[in-house]
Amino acid sequence: MGAIIEKEIETGKANLEVFSSTLQELAATDRDIIAVTSDSRGSGKLVPFGQKFPKQIVEIGIAEQNLVGVAAGLASAGKKVFAVSPACFLTARALEQIKNDVAYSDNPVKLIGISAGVSYGALGTTHHSLHDYAVLRAINNITIVAPADNFETEQAIAQAAALEQPFYIRFGKKQMPLLQPDSESTFEFGKGRVVREGDDLTFVATGETVYPALQAAAKLEKEQGISATVISMHTIKPLDTGLLEKVAAAGKPIITVEEHSVYGGLGEACASFLFQSGHRNAFKIMGIPDEYTVTGSQNDIFNHYGLSESGLAEAALTLLNP
Amino acid sequence: MTALELQQKSVLYRKNILKYIYGAKAGHTGGSLSCIDILNVLYNYTLNVSPENFTSPDRDRYIQSKGHTVEALFVVLADKGFFPESDLETLCQYKSHYIGHPTRKVNGVEQNTGALGHGLPLSVGTALAAKMDERDYRVFTLLGDGELPEGSNWEAALTASHYKLDNLCAIIDHNKLQITASTKEVCDTNPIDDKFESFGWAVRHVDGHDVAALKEAFDAMPFEPNKPSLIIAHTIKGKGVSYMENVLKWHHGVPSEAQYHEAIEELDAVMATL
Repeated sequence: MGAIIEKEIETGKANLEVFSSTLQELAATDRDIIAVTSDSRGSGKLVPFGQKFPKQIVEIGIAEQNLVGVAAGLASAGKKVFAVSPACFLTARALEQIKNDVAYSDNPVKLIGISAGVSYGALGTTHHSLHDYAVLRAINNITIVAPADNFETEQAIAQAAALEQPFYIRFGKKQMPLLQPDSESTFEFGKGRVVREGDDLTFVATGETVYPALQAAAKLEKEQGISATVISMHTIKPLDTGLLEKVAAAGKPIITVEEHSVYGGLGEACASFLFQSGHRNAFKIMGIPDEYTVTGSQNDIFNHYGLSESGLAEAALTLLNP
Repeated sequence: MTALELQQKSVLYRKNILKYIYGAKAGHTGGSLSCIDILNVLYNYTLNVSPENFTSPDRDRYIQSKGHTVEALFVVLADKGFFPESDLETLCQYKSHYIGHPTRKVNGVEQNTGALGHGLPLSVGTALAAKMDERDYRVFTLLGDGELPEGSNWEAALTASHYKLDNLCAIIDHNKLQITASTKEVCDTNPIDDKFESFGWAVRHVDGHDVAALKEAFDAMPFEPNKPSLIIAHTIKGKGVSYMENVLKWHHGVPSEAQYHEAIEELDAVMATL
């Protein structure tokens, strides 16, 4: 891979805020843009949207199955529907509606999973979504996206609005640094974004774990002289197998990073592709293990499971020096 | 279509339901026979739906929540010209689009259904879109009485009245039997009318085999201004074939050759009296 590009990490907004502002921009020129909420307009940062576009927001109340069913009905009649609800409820309680009413019936709803992963931190497992990639990966006809920064969020929302197909887009609520100057970035569903280039190993991360992967890469460079590539694999399905192929061909270790169970998510998707296409790179899946999740804030949980600057750097060293 | 013509259609549809279930050796016989008069009146009298206008945003919508009685829907859609009736000879065969539940791969089908408790939320969303777009189309959905315990129905029932969806009509095919036993024994949802009324719906009871009464009921919607309408259609599972009527095993029973011919003879005899 090419030369190391060190970039200044600017501090951005929460992806949720960018979702809301992007949706407002879209709604201003398109009356078919509809937000459907389950008493979630506050947590979805959609209060200003509701004030500006009262005819373009549908409140369902706390009833996620109905939220998705109604959203699918609206979409079938030509509305560009964003169904917004905490990821934990949206993808578990309403899974059958996602499977049948959205994906199988091909009603082009954009399912927005807010406060995803362990964003709700100490609220506990009821409010965590560590299963969503896994369950949705096994359902045909839905694109799964976890934007890493504000740029990816804005692009994902704007591009999804223009596409008549089902999407699941999830993000958290903490402020996210901009990973690259926007001018250097492109975003295309199904195409991973290389945010750092290096020669010794590759982090394939997604969502809010891309930033700690980038921090770990910088630490490895500074302290060990090890240069790492970092990919924001914002689209978990369909997976950018072309980019994985290219990365794997160099024969160097690959570490996947996700705010999700180590079962069924990005890591296993990558492993499945790589193994079946003959690659035998050293490989490690970093995520939340199959146990009662440790209690604490999102940062506490990230640190506990090594989804952090030091944890990921350590995982890299272990893989490089077995 | 006159009441007599509709009655003749009902007999024809019953014969076709049996023909294709007998041919496929699979199907939901009892429920298809209980709801067929409702579909008959909807497609031949009430709905402004045809193969010609099926992509029009202004068409009425019919969403079948009790997807398992798809044979009733398929024979009506074939008769209306959405596809050649001979397509139904492939019912449930390898690579056929004509499977055991409605799918959009079949022309004329609005939504892929089959899991219960989905039709009402989908219909609420579709009816809400009509209100937003100030379009005049109406949305009809057919539920089985056995699917009423699904909680999503009651979630959607709340939303329908909250948004005053008087362009929405739900019909319950109240044949009072489900796969295990009577609906009363499995999970008694009575009184259905009081429950829906308390959820803000306007409710009517109708004989679900009386085509004139069904016409009148559909004509009368919305039953009350600003309220969604519910028709509790009292029906008989297996209606039209004496040995099937109200007999549990015909939920998805398939007639033998002798039983098939016996059923057709009975229906032919009815047709001769019309």
